Order: sequence, then structure tokens, then C-alpha cells
Amino acid sequence: MDVEMLSRLQFAGTIMFHYLFPPLSIGLGLQLFLCELAYFRTRNLAWEAAARFWTRVFAVNFAMGVATGIVMEFEFGTNWAAYSRFVGDVFGSALAAEGIFAFFLESGFLAVLVFGWDRVGPKMHLLSTLMVFLGSVFSAVWIVVANSWQQTPAGYHIVWHDVQGEMMPRAEVTDFWEMVLNPSSVDRLTHTLIGAFVLGAFFVASVCSYYLLKNRHQEIAKRCLAISLPTALLFTFLAAATGHDSAQKLVETQPAKLAAMEGHFHSSDQPTGLNLFGWPDTENETVRFNVELPYLLSLLVYNDPTKPVPGMDQIPKDERPPVWLPFQTFHLMVALGTMMILVAAYACWSWYRGAYEQRRWLLWAMVFMPVAAMTANQAGWVTAEVGRQPWIVYPSVQNGVEMMGLRTADGLSESVTAEQVLSSIVLFGIIYSMLFAVWIFVLNHKIQHGPESPEELAEYKKKLHAESMSEAFGHHGTSRGGGMMEDGTQ
Amino acid sequence: MSYELLTMIWFFLLGVLLCGYAILDGFDLGVGILHPFLAKDDYERRLVMNSIGPLWDGNEVWLVTFGGALFAAFPVAYATVFSSFYTAFYLLLTCLIGRAVSLEFRSKVSSPLWRRIWDWAFFLSSITAALLLGVAGGNVLAGMELGPKYRYEGNLLSQIYWYPLLVGALTVSLFALHGAIYLYLKTEDDLQARVRRAITPLFFVFAGLYLIVTLATWWHVPHATANISRHPWLWIVPVLNALAVLNIPRAMHWGRPGYAFFSSSMVILALATLFSVEIFPNFMLSTIDPAYSVTLENARSSRDTLETMLIIAGIGFPCVLSYTVIIYWIFRGKVKLDPHSY
Repeated sequence: MDVEMLSRLQFAGTIMFHYLFPPLSIGLGLQLFLCELAYFRTRNLAWEAAARFWTRVFAVNFAMGVATGIVMEFEFGTNWAAYSRFVGDVFGSALAAEGIFAFFLESGFLAVLVFGWDRVGPKMHLLSTLMVFLGSVFSAVWIVVANSWQQTPAGYHIVWHDVQGEMMPRAEVTDFWEMVLNPSSVDRLTHTLIGAFVLGAFFVASVCSYYLLKNRHQEIAKRCLAISLPTALLFTFLAAATGHDSAQKLVETQPAKLAAMEGHFHSSDQPTGLNLFGWPDTENETVRFNVELPYLLSLLVYNDPTKPVPGMDQIPKDERPPVWLPFQTFHLMVALGTMMILVAAYACWSWYRGAYEQRRWLLWAMVFMPVAAMTANQAGWVTAEVGRQPWIVYPSVQNGVEMMGLRTADGLSESVTAEQVLSSIVLFGIIYSMLFAVWIFVLNHKIQHGPESPEELAEYKKKLHAESMSEAFGHHGTSRGGGMMEDGTQ
Repeated sequence: MSYELLTMIWFFLLGVLLCGYAILDGFDLGVGILHPFLAKDDYERRLVMNSIGPLWDGNEVWLVTFGGALFAAFPVAYATVFSSFYTAFYLLLTCLIGRAVSLEFRSKVSSPLWRRIWDWAFFLSSITAALLLGVAGGNVLAGMELGPKYRYEGNLLSQIYWYPLLVGALTVSLFALHGAIYLYLKTEDDLQARVRRAITPLFFVFAGLYLIVTLATWWHVPHATANISRHPWLWIVPVLNALAVLNIPRAMHWGRPGYAFFSSSMVILALATLFSVEIFPNFMLSTIDPAYSVTLENARSSRDTLETMLIIAGIGFPCVLSYTVIIYWIFRGKVKLDPHSY
């Protein structure tokens, strides 16, 4: 394989592995904040026990996100040096803003969130949880802005620089806010964040449903379900709505991507139908085994069932993205999204009727929902990124002037060889497989251990209070660690 | 503000981020290097790890932000440096991942074998990370085989020879010393006494390497001292550096470990400043032809971007400093284990 394919595979692999963690951090962060807010309002220890438990789960996930995220910050430079030189003026600012506005906020207050339970008061702790959550949201803001600029660039011009006798193009910012608020940022950001909130809500609902199935930690599980089920329903609906908005914009900004997602090869003056599923065959420009619903694509894209949607044949041959992969991942995302809406709606209805706990099959279905949400998040990104090919930065028109794009093949590092990339793929393949196994193992360990009961927590707090009193009077005990957990395994 | 001034400000701010990283993650890495030697049992090993527990993650953010800021302000340097150090950099990333997960996962399971594996992973990844950072610094100081159009013509093997390895060894010893002083501040009783006994030999190892690397730089990297000879007032940096080095044993002797920690931080600050002074105005000097070098001028972003970024930094830096101070204040004092510790 050549350097381009290997570098693309490596980027796809490292970013997809990384993206297992941030959406869960964002989504779980919201649930955690809501639990802690409930504690703050009611001062009921069951809520605090719940918040302490979710914090432990959050910390493991967050560490994985940090560890795998450092790789991303430098991978543009290591593997995509020509791209980095072309976009640094624009893309670099968004990445630097992410570091300074988001990462410091997150990592600083994470310390208080995780290690500060017995060191700061409830108000400061609640504030820290909010700050960590906001930090993770800001991080999503800047990174999605940077990515959206690659898809729908704005607020820049191309400047040619003399590099040792050869003129080389570079994108330079002309209007910072126009760059940040480029045509797709807001839509894509809301859809991405909502995807994360869906995952967080289903994750909490999944663990709690598991506890109900096993008759464990019932009180805390029920309290958390009362938050996670309605939020799951709300956000699955919003995910569908924002996804629909994004797709409507695509016909203007990236018609090639839309055509690939829908497997729409041939334009005509007839209304366009929607391929419900099928098997796109790019060579013969057709979708095999497809089930087509007439008028529906025109209706969805233009709110007008008769207006034809342009197909892939409008795009020059050397500017067409692959079709099979974006088609399948897009359809997978929509199918999973629809299923999640139905499950969340039924679960909420059952909860409202007081029948949720009796429907064991529903509890079991809920246990596996995070896998569906995670898959939908990943599938959405595969659609967005593969559908962007063959461009790494889309060409555009700014104030009537055509701006060149950058092809993925032209973005590589000149001095990096295929052997080097292959060896880093093998190295990270091994490391990430091990990490994945350890992550699942530790996550399972934490979930099996579960939250402490409100009574245990009350006991612990009493003991802690006594210890601090005795220390204040100068009786140094030789106690090694807290009573609730002798060795950190909780 | 003129383009030249903005360029200088950004070179300075990158230096600040690099110093911030080296001082803060320096003691983290040092604690990792010392961890298997100073802690005698599981309880002490947990104490050692938890001394950096709430802080290491924030400290690593300095490196990440350094990467982002270099990308934004000097994209050509970002692209060329990281693609030239391709293999070394992936090894460094492996180490940083290894540290993060060994801290996070070690104490989650009580099996002794599990813990022993993570203890070793923590030590190996810490010492290798410090070594690699030093090796990279040594290569940048000495210049690299950069061909036309920023195409690097060497590989990992041409980056590993005696000079960068010496700089790497100096970095390891400096971080170990810095980490030991930090641990002294955070521990009590037996463990603290053991840390105290380690500081003196660590100091002599560091001071020896410091002398050797200084001489080696004089001999092997003649251009490194050119800026200092041209601007003699810059002699203040190596002089302050030497004073800070000597102040470490003095402060420890007088029982003022906080002052010793301040001194070792100043040593790192001075060495990082010296590094920036010596490479200026290049990011990467080409040993093939100086015309191929990556310089401040050919690497920088446009004027408007440098200006926008300065506004972003102006809003961001005070926030960053205030949370850093708050967090270090909350977690001040001796390390104690509680149910949320690692």
C-alpha cells in the first residue's frame, strides 16, 4: 500500500479509536452534572452516591480520551505536513484555541471533580463539574469548527509564497469570525454534541437497567433512570432534527457528499426518490437490491416532492467521493437513530406507566443501547469524512473568487515513508487493542462494583469528620487510607 | 503591531509554553522515574503516584497547547519538526499514553501482578519520555539533515548519536532531581527520609552531566554560542542557571525544600531559555545547507492570524493561570489517600 492509503488508514483508525471516548465524556458529563445538581438541591445522599459513582466511571473514560487525544494533536504534523503548511494559518488557530480555552479548563477542574469530593464544599464541587462539562463542550466547538472549515471553507484567501524558488499556495484567514462561523459549523456542531448527549443518556440508562435486572443498587438506579430516560428521548429526537438540517444544507455546500450518501448517481428532471437500503455499485453507477421510495429525497432535501435533486453525474469524475462506504454508514446511522427514538419513547412510556422494571426484555434492550449510540456516532463521522474525499480541504468561492482546494493526496508528509507509517500503524494497533481490552475490563469492574449505598456514604462521611476532628486535636492516627476503600479498587 | 514584533512575541510565548510544560510535567516524569526505587510497598507506591494524581493531566495540557500554538503561529515548523521526528515522536506518544493509563488503571484492581506490570509501565514510559524529549532537543540544537523544500533526509538512526543522547541523559537526571524535590515536599516520615537520601546523589549526577553537556555543546555545536557572543548581556542566562543549580543543595541543606523546588524550576526555565536563545532565529537548522533551514520568518503564519491568536492568548492565559493556581492551592500539602485516589 502507498503512503497515502496508509496515512489515511492510520488517521481513520486513531481518530475513530479516540472518538470512542470524548462523546461519552461529554454525554456522561451532562448526566453527572444533573445528578450532582439534584444532590445540591435536595441534599439527598443517594444523589451524591450516584454522582460519586458516575465520577469514577467518567474519570476512566476521560483518561482514555486524553491519552488518545494527544496523538491527534500531533498527527497532522507527523503524517500530513503538506496539509499542515497549507492550512496552519486557519486550522492551527482553532486547534490552539481548543488547547487554551478547553483543555486547561477541563483538566484543571477534573482534578477537583475526581479528587476533590472530600476537599471542597458542595458548591465548589458542583461548579467544577460544570466547568469540566463546559470544557468538553468547548473542545467539541473548536475541533468541529476546524473540521467544518475543511468541509465548507470561508473567511480566507489563498496566498502564494516563495519557498526556495518555488511558489507554494497557502490558505490565510481574512475574517476570523467568518472562518469560525463557516456555512456548516453550527449545524454540524449541534448534531455532534447532541450525538454525544444521546450516548451519555443511554450509557447511564444502560448501567441502571442492568442493576435493576440484577436487583442491585435499586434506589440509585431508579433515580438516575428518571433523568436519563427523558433526556435520551429528547436528544434522540433532536439528533434526527439537526441531522435533517445538516443534510438539507449539503445539497448547496457539498452535493457530491449528498449524492454519495443517498447513492444517487443519475440526475434527471423527475422528482428524486429515496433509496431506503441497497448495495451501491460505483462501476455501473447503480444501486443493487435497492428499495426506493418515490418523491421522498426531493421532499426531504427541498421540502418540495417534485424538485429534482442533482446526482453524482453533475460532479467531474476526478472529484467524486467513494459511494459504497458513505452510503452504508449513513444508512446505518439513520437506522440506528430511528431505533433509538423508538426504544427511548417506549421506555419513557413504560416508565410513566410504572411498568419499566417489569419489562425485562426492554431492560435488556436498554443495556445494549450504548453500543447502538456509539456506532451511530462513528458511522456519522465516517459518512462526513469519506464523503469529503478526494478533498482534504474543499474548494470554494469567496466573494465571487474561486479558491483552490487541497486534495488528500497532496497533503502528505514528503519525508515520511510507507515503512514508517506501517510501523506506527502496527505499534498503535497493538497499543490500542490492549488499551481497549483494559478499558472494557476496568469499566466492567467499576460497574460490577457499583455505587455505595447512601447509608455507607453517610457512615464514611461521619468517619471522615471524626478523623479530621482528631487530627485537629493532634492525635495522629496511623490509618492508611479511607475505610470505604482500602486500595483504590472501587 | 508590526509583523516582526508579533513574530517575536509568538516565539516568546511558545518558549513560555515549553517552559511551563518542562517545569510542570518535569516533576511528573521525575516522580515516574523514581517511583520503583523510592517506594517500598504498595501503600507507598500509591502515595508516590497520588502525589501527582490530580495534577499530571493538566501538566500534559501544556504540551498539547504548545503543539496547537506552534501549528497556529509557525505552521511550517510544526509540519517539518513533527514529520522529521516521525518515529521518535510516535515512541514519545506511546510513552505519554503509557503513563496516562498506568496511573489510571494501576490501582483499580488489587492483584499484585496487575499492579507490578503497571508499575513497570509507569517507570519505563516516564524515563523513555524524558529521554526522548532530551534527544529531540539535542537534535534541534545540533541541526538536522534537512534537504530542499523542508524534506528531511535522515531517519531515527541518524537522530541517535552521542550528543543528543547526552542531552537526553541530562534531561532524565534533571527531571529525576526535580521530581525528587517535589516528592520530598509531598511526603512524610520514612518515605520522605528515603527521598531526602536520594536527592544528594541525584544532584551530583545532574551536576556532572550539566558540565559535560555544556562542554560538549561548546565543542560540537559551535553555532549554539554565536547568539550569546553577539549579545553579551545574554550571559546573564547561563550565570543565573549556574546559581540556580548551586542553590539546590544549599536550600536543601538549610531545610528549605520549597526554595529548592523553586531553584530546580528555575534551572529548567534557564535551560529552556538557553535552548531558545541558541536556536534563534531557526526552528530547525539544516546541516546540509543553511538556506534549507526552517526559520521564524519562513515558518510563521500571516500577520492577521498572529494578531488574532495574540488576542486569544490574552483572554486565555489569565484564565489558565488562575485555574492552575486554584488547583495547586486545593491540592496543597502532604499527599493523603482517600477513596477517590488512584
